Amino acid sequence: MKDPRLSVIEKRLKNIGKIIAVSGGKGGIGKSVTSSLLSLALSKKGYNVGLLDLDLTSPSDHVVLGIKDVAPTEKEGIIPPTVNGVQFMSVVFYTNENPTPLRGEEVSNAIKEILCITRWNNLDFLIIDMPPGIGDELFDTIELFQGAEFLLLSTSSKIVFETVKKLLLLLQELNVPILGIVENMKHYDNGYIKNMCKKHHAPFLGEIWFDKNFENAVGNINKIMDTQLFKDIDGVAENIV
Amino acid sequence: MHEWALADAVIQTAVEVAQRESLKKITSIKMSLGELQEIEREFFDTALNELMKTHGDLFSKTKINIKTIKTRFKCRACGHQWKLSDTEKTLDEETRESIHFIPEVAHVFIRCPKCKSPDFDIVEGRGIGIDSIVGEK
Ligand SMILES: Nc1ncnc2c1ncn2[C@@H]1O[C@H](COP(=O)(O)OP(=O)(O)OP(=O)(O)O)[C@@H](O)[C@H]1O
Ligand SMILES: [Mg+2]
Ligand SMILES: [Zn+2]
Repeated sequence: MKDPRLSVIEKRLKNIGKIIAVSGGKGGIGKSVTSSLLSLALSKKGYNVGLLDLDLTSPSDHVVLGIKDVAPTEKEGIIPPTVNGVQFMSVVFYTNENPTPLRGEEVSNAIKEILCITRWNNLDFLIIDMPPGIGDELFDTIELFQGAEFLLLSTSSKIVFETVKKLLLLLQELNVPILGIVENMKHYDNGYIKNMCKKHHAPFLGEIWFDKNFENAVGNINKIMDTQLFKDIDGVAENIV
Repeated sequence: MHEWALADAVIQTAVEVAQRESLKKITSIKMSLGELQEIEREFFDTALNELMKTHGDLFSKTKINIKTIKTRFKCRACGHQWKLSDTEKTLDEETRESIHFIPEVAHVFIRCPKCKSPDFDIVEGRGIGIDSIVGEK
């Protein structure tokens, strides 16, 4: 018989306007920072926003945003807490920052469980922070979040874009909607990513400069909102709404 | 009471079956619950009954049969097999609560009793499963 959880996932997501999966294939290119700050930026613009940390083995959005001492409440499922205006869900509420060794199939199983029991508010945007890699979580996201649009991150480097391009081509082949590409950790202007966007028919959504002061702001919302990085992401948010 | 969300999944699945097979009534739902998830049966049964009422006559004579499956683990490193009851004593209330929401969290807190590896499979008794849904036209 069919996995019963799959029958309610669509229903759980039906009050969400746009679902944006922040991905890129590569590790360490700023998916978590971008997802977290993008949700904050959209919320500051007055939208109802949710943030789902889908990196089950290495969740980090709670670290970026300094979220602690909150937990989901139980009511006909679980309702994620709203912190700084963003409704936030992460496996960290259940793992307490302990190592979480999971094989691929277990990751999929846990994702289905989370989607089955999580009850989101009426949201304009749900931002999904994806783990690195082009594997289980990518396919789960495509299958379970019908209509999710992908925001791909790259740096200015040809080496990094080589992987981003593979993800882009795969998504295009699967007819998955692509919101566009954001160039992150920029520290020089070579126009490479913009050109690649033209070449591969993907919208260029903006650039985020490398901000050496960002590390000092990690975990502190007020400091974060004063950073250049947040201003750059706010520019990306402008291109999305 | 997140049991409600899981009961919702079961009923929704039955509704889909009824639509697909043009059934007027669902007569039987056979399902299993994994011990690991520690579903509170009272909450779960209440939720099922409440949810069935929201579908007119479809569930007016449904018999629900639920069996609980004991949880078995198998270590991928050394092959050792064990039951939840063998490791349960090491789990505190908060941990069990976490596993109750997301059974995979077991990998955070349970280790192979023989070789201490976290790399094990939950062979059976994880969570909710439907064995059969039967109805009449
Ligand atoms: N524009 C930027 N300026 C300065 N630091 C940045 C910038 N973007 C990301 N970082 C830093 O780079 C590191 C990696 O970022 P992040 O964790 O968001 O990457 P990720 O893609 O989510 O990684 P993973 O693949 O491990 O999930 C972090 O220390 C983050 O603060
Ligand atoms: Mg990350
Ligand atoms: Zn072992």
